[in-house]
Amino acid sequence: MIKSPKLARIPHRNVLSIRSNRRWQSTSAEPPPAEGHLPSVATSSFLRTTPDSALRAPGLQWADDGLSGPPNIALAERETRKMNLYQAVRDAMSIALTKDDTAVVFGEDVAFGGVFRCTMGLAEEFGRERVFNTPLTEQGIAGFGIGLASMGHTAIAEIQFADYIYPAFDQLVNEAAKHRFRSGGQFGVGGLTIRCPTMSVGHGGLYHSQSPEGFFLGAAGLKLVIPRSPVQAKGLLLASIRDPNPVIFMEPKILYRSAVEQVPIGDFEIPLGKAETLVNGSDLTLLTWGTPVYHCETAIHMLRSPPESLAKHIPQSIRSAKVELIDLRTILPWDVETIAESVERTGRLVIVHEASRTGGVGSEIAAEIQKRCFLKLHAPVKRVTAWDTPVPMQYEKFYIPDPLRIVDAIVGTLTY
Amino acid sequence: MLRTARRSFLPYRSLQRHRGLATATPIIPANTHGHLPTSQSPITPKLHFFNSVTPDGTQIPTYRVLDGVGNVLEGADFPEIDRALARRMYEQMLQLPVIDNLLYNVQRQGKISFYMTAHGEEATLIGSAAALADDDEILSQYREMAVLLWRGFGFDEIMAQCFGNHEDTCTKGKQMPIHFGSRAHHFHTISSTLATQIPQAAGVAFALTRDPLRRGKNCAAVYFGEGAASEGDFHAGMLLASTIPSPTLFIARNNGFAISTPASEQFHGDGIAARGPGYGVHTIRVDGNDVLAVYSAVKEARRLCLQEGRGVLVEAMTYRVGHHSTSDDSFAYRPRQEVEDRKRIDNPIARFRKFLDARGWWSDAEEDAYKDRVKKEIMKAFRRGETMQHHPVSEMFNDVYGGQEPWNIKEQREELKALLKKYGKDWEPWRNELKKFKGEGKELSE
Repeated sequence: MIKSPKLARIPHRNVLSIRSNRRWQSTSAEPPPAEGHLPSVATSSFLRTTPDSALRAPGLQWADDGLSGPPNIALAERETRKMNLYQAVRDAMSIALTKDDTAVVFGEDVAFGGVFRCTMGLAEEFGRERVFNTPLTEQGIAGFGIGLASMGHTAIAEIQFADYIYPAFDQLVNEAAKHRFRSGGQFGVGGLTIRCPTMSVGHGGLYHSQSPEGFFLGAAGLKLVIPRSPVQAKGLLLASIRDPNPVIFMEPKILYRSAVEQVPIGDFEIPLGKAETLVNGSDLTLLTWGTPVYHCETAIHMLRSPPESLAKHIPQSIRSAKVELIDLRTILPWDVETIAESVERTGRLVIVHEASRTGGVGSEIAAEIQKRCFLKLHAPVKRVTAWDTPVPMQYEKFYIPDPLRIVDAIVGTLTY
Repeated sequence: MLRTARRSFLPYRSLQRHRGLATATPIIPANTHGHLPTSQSPITPKLHFFNSVTPDGTQIPTYRVLDGVGNVLEGADFPEIDRALARRMYEQMLQLPVIDNLLYNVQRQGKISFYMTAHGEEATLIGSAAALADDDEILSQYREMAVLLWRGFGFDEIMAQCFGNHEDTCTKGKQMPIHFGSRAHHFHTISSTLATQIPQAAGVAFALTRDPLRRGKNCAAVYFGEGAASEGDFHAGMLLASTIPSPTLFIARNNGFAISTPASEQFHGDGIAARGPGYGVHTIRVDGNDVLAVYSAVKEARRLCLQEGRGVLVEAMTYRVGHHSTSDDSFAYRPRQEVEDRKRIDNPIARFRKFLDARGWWSDAEEDAYKDRVKKEIMKAFRRGETMQHHPVSEMFNDVYGGQEPWNIKEQREELKALLKKYGKDWEPWRNELKKFKGEGKELSE
């Protein structure tokens, strides 16, 4: 269920100062104007802003005492701290470095804290031997990490932007992904985790806005994870670091500062390979990951109570439709069970991603779901994606899927 | 210091004929210890390792012409330079920080999304630009706007690209600010990806050798930082330009930092210059803050490059006075005082000014008048560019492919067209955004 936006929390003067600046980018950090009704990342009901809601986030597996034993710290005794996404990522790495002597963190500019602040203070806390700058070579970083991991160490590497992961493509696709398979299980690089900022911020253009997750779909042996929030980032990153497979962990960079939650300070994981249903519904399944989670939330809200100017485009008859929103979280291997089960019930699927349509992850999901749910489908699987061009900087607002395009797809699919 | 491989002095033609083949019979030197069947490497009974990092700390020397106060060093190999050229170089060096300061502040005000200054590297950029022929091909990294300006690229064109307005011919609003490119100026369009331009330069240079009109006349000059030289592409580019000989002029701007990472953490060896001999490439290290030394070194490097038809490497030693970009605050990783000291002690503009002063080639009055003029011109271009609309929205789908447009692009343009037609007037965010584009989306929505 969509909760009403928490307008009460917004200081009055902020409301006044931006009244004329009606917002529409769900991921902008500023609160919405007084007359605006659209949730955004700042007011999203998906963000766990109280300690209790954070501790009760579904699927958390407490790892303070090892995952095997029963948890012996009562929930009420656990603490949380307010963190944004980059702080949560840092917190996860700090736990990994504390608990695992073999763990090292490295990449370009990580020693001073990283260009997105994800490694702030780690070098000071754990020493430059364990948290260090590398020369500027992505293929080197990936290869170095593979070597470390093949010796049983934990390698947490950063590629400064997902847009710059391609020099490492050979190392990741031909080496990391195939390491176990090609050595008959003798060797493996499960200790390797490659973190990289991903997706758009609105003005990055070709080389600072890409969502390259689709390129890795064919690399069996790799896992690929994209979190949507600080709690998710911490739990999924710790799970990725400890997963017995190499994991590419893509962090939506616009959320680094704008997504803020209470995050449990203890050691916990969120299992890989499991999607999370954020809103239950029965009429349409809306599937996404990363930044567009918040655009989808806005779109659902727009469907239920459209702004006046859009009212004529959204038939009264479908405004009460129940949209089920799912965050895929792990892109490879993806949770076909949860998605297929949902679409079996709703009969409609809309997939939203920031990458281009052709060869995007949506095409793989659409094909599989149409196979599994063919007789239950009331409409073709719809993909709301970027266009099949490189990311064009000045045109990004008409290029990256926004809430309006999502609501348009929902309406189109519901009325098909 | 690494000894230069003697093989590189073999005549160009004979090497080219036999490149890649091990069948040529080596000339066997009379050597009491015998020889290897496929190499002229002399046999030695001594167990000796060599390295560019030496026990006594000896490094590859740095070529300099002007000392810190603009006097010519005794015995310096001095480039031919007349008053007119010297003044032109100085003017270009002066204008760069004026433009940089303006656009840096414009970014700070949120009017453009990004900018990168070249503070501190004026001598490296102008010295090299002046030493090249204006029709040599340039493959730049991203901090080389000065080279384009040297070739007559206008302020209006700079502004058009940075604002991505409808006069932007560089990328038609598709790339971030400072991603310049101009076929007319032989300046290949910049991409944000690092070092990708380096092996491409070898290919560009090879194409020049295949063109009867440009063979022996032009080279491809490729700029990159000492950080980018860590990418595999650097090594590939050097290897290709020497093995498949092509007149590729490698210009490394060693400015001490790759974002936050100091050169001391970028490599252990003796800089970028130490790598040249490994690829059989003529190499020189030059004081990058001495514009005459850069000019002289690049001019000679270019001559060698054309004469031998093979890659040549110039490592210019400079210092990045500015932050990496507007997304960076360098005082998070280097002391403010260090930057202030470098600005004061080793200012390339001030050093060259002293040289000009000693010859009576420049004056305070001229300096004031020149700066004033540049400021006015750049402000005029800024005001003009700032208010201009972007290219039409539909431009976004252009230039993905040449020739026949594939169905997916066609259909997606139609899809956006339908969306704009339906919502363009009713959805305020789109209505407002469309106003920024020439034609306000009408080519799609009507």
